[in-house]
Amino acid sequence: MKLDVLDRLAQLGQFGLGHVQSLGRSGIFLFLAIFSRAGFTGRGALLIRQLYNVGVLSLIIVTVSGLFIGMVLGLQGYSILIRYGSEGAVGQLVALSLLRELGPVVTALLFAGRAGSALTAEIGLMKATEQLSSMEMMGVDPLKRVIAPRFWAGVISMPLLAAIFNLVGILGGVMVGVDWLGIYEGSFWSGMQQAVDFVDDVGNGMVKSLVFGIVVTWIAVFQGYDAIPTSEGISRATTRTVVYASLTVLGLDFILTAVMFSEL
Amino acid sequence: MRMRTLEISVGAFMLAGMLALVVLAVKVSGLSLKTGGETYELNAYFDNTGALKPRSRISMAGVTIGQVRSIELDKANYMARVVMDIDQQIDNIPIDSTASIVTAGLLGEQYISISIGGEEAFLRNGERFEDTQSALIIEELIGKFLLGTVNKNE
Repeated sequence: MKLDVLDRLAQLGQFGLGHVQSLGRSGIFLFLAIFSRAGFTGRGALLIRQLYNVGVLSLIIVTVSGLFIGMVLGLQGYSILIRYGSEGAVGQLVALSLLRELGPVVTALLFAGRAGSALTAEIGLMKATEQLSSMEMMGVDPLKRVIAPRFWAGVISMPLLAAIFNLVGILGGVMVGVDWLGIYEGSFWSGMQQAVDFVDDVGNGMVKSLVFGIVVTWIAVFQGYDAIPTSEGISRATTRTVVYASLTVLGLDFILTAVMFSEL
Repeated sequence: MRMRTLEISVGAFMLAGMLALVVLAVKVSGLSLKTGGETYELNAYFDNTGALKPRSRISMAGVTIGQVRSIELDKANYMARVVMDIDQQIDNIPIDSTASIVTAGLLGEQYISISIGGEEAFLRNGERFEDTQSALIIEELIGKFLLGTVNKNE
């Protein structure tokens, strides 16, 4: 009986140690990928290829969802605000909710599903087919050749994607609010411009999306690199990427919002 | 050749992202590059500024001529000191003009409205409005009505 309790305790300890270990491994991994920049010359082509995979190919899903989210916000905002006769405030509702929260968060979630899972699967398969170990045999550091360009591509793409998402979303709100429902265009834009501050709203949103870009790409490349090199292991790693990245984004968003907008 | 189309599409993507940011700055947040140096400062003291905020607009005859820069409490006389940035072109506000805090609509935001006085002399940079009218607090007004302290004969 006593042994049983101790066994349970040991299991708990193992569980905790395992998680702390993998956190530490991922930290070292990130550090090495970022700072092993010696001989980075000639890697520009690699970075551009990854920017294409991670950024350009995510463009369609980001644009389409941005458009629809902006349109829905316009429609919902209108149907509520018209009761108080202040439908001119739809512009600032759409702009503020997109710039502060929905833009960075939804883009990060889509990014995790679209680009993060692809990164994990690609790197995991490279590991399973022993491409990573053969690179090491040839004296090429896979962290430099494979991980670093993917990481940087994710970090660079994410704020750009979020900016595009915000803009398309606001245009969607304009489309529904002004062109369809007939809100007066002048009050729509001027209300928006008066409510939105460049540093507080646009700037903080961009900071958020940069942080989310770092976190999502970090999780994605680490999960791929750390995957068990079997088909089942890769599928688990891909799932983990999407789940961990989404949860981390939502949790971090709360913390960032609390820090940035707490005085409101 | 394949690499070239790749490079072009990545370049277009980055350009689109930066362009989106510029549009967000100019069109959505109303950031204009020529804000500094074209305004001058005027002060006003109010008993109560209500929901007036920095960047609230200042209007004359319904036209926006500037914005509130800061609102702070003056410890010496327990009044709120409002610093305003007025457009440099509007340099002929008579010194006996009134600055009043009014509300746009019933639920709208508050702004400062300036009614013109009759003096020949004009307010200069750093001077203050002698005549001010505080914000109308609807709760206080309702309270007064409920207690019957508003005199109907007046």
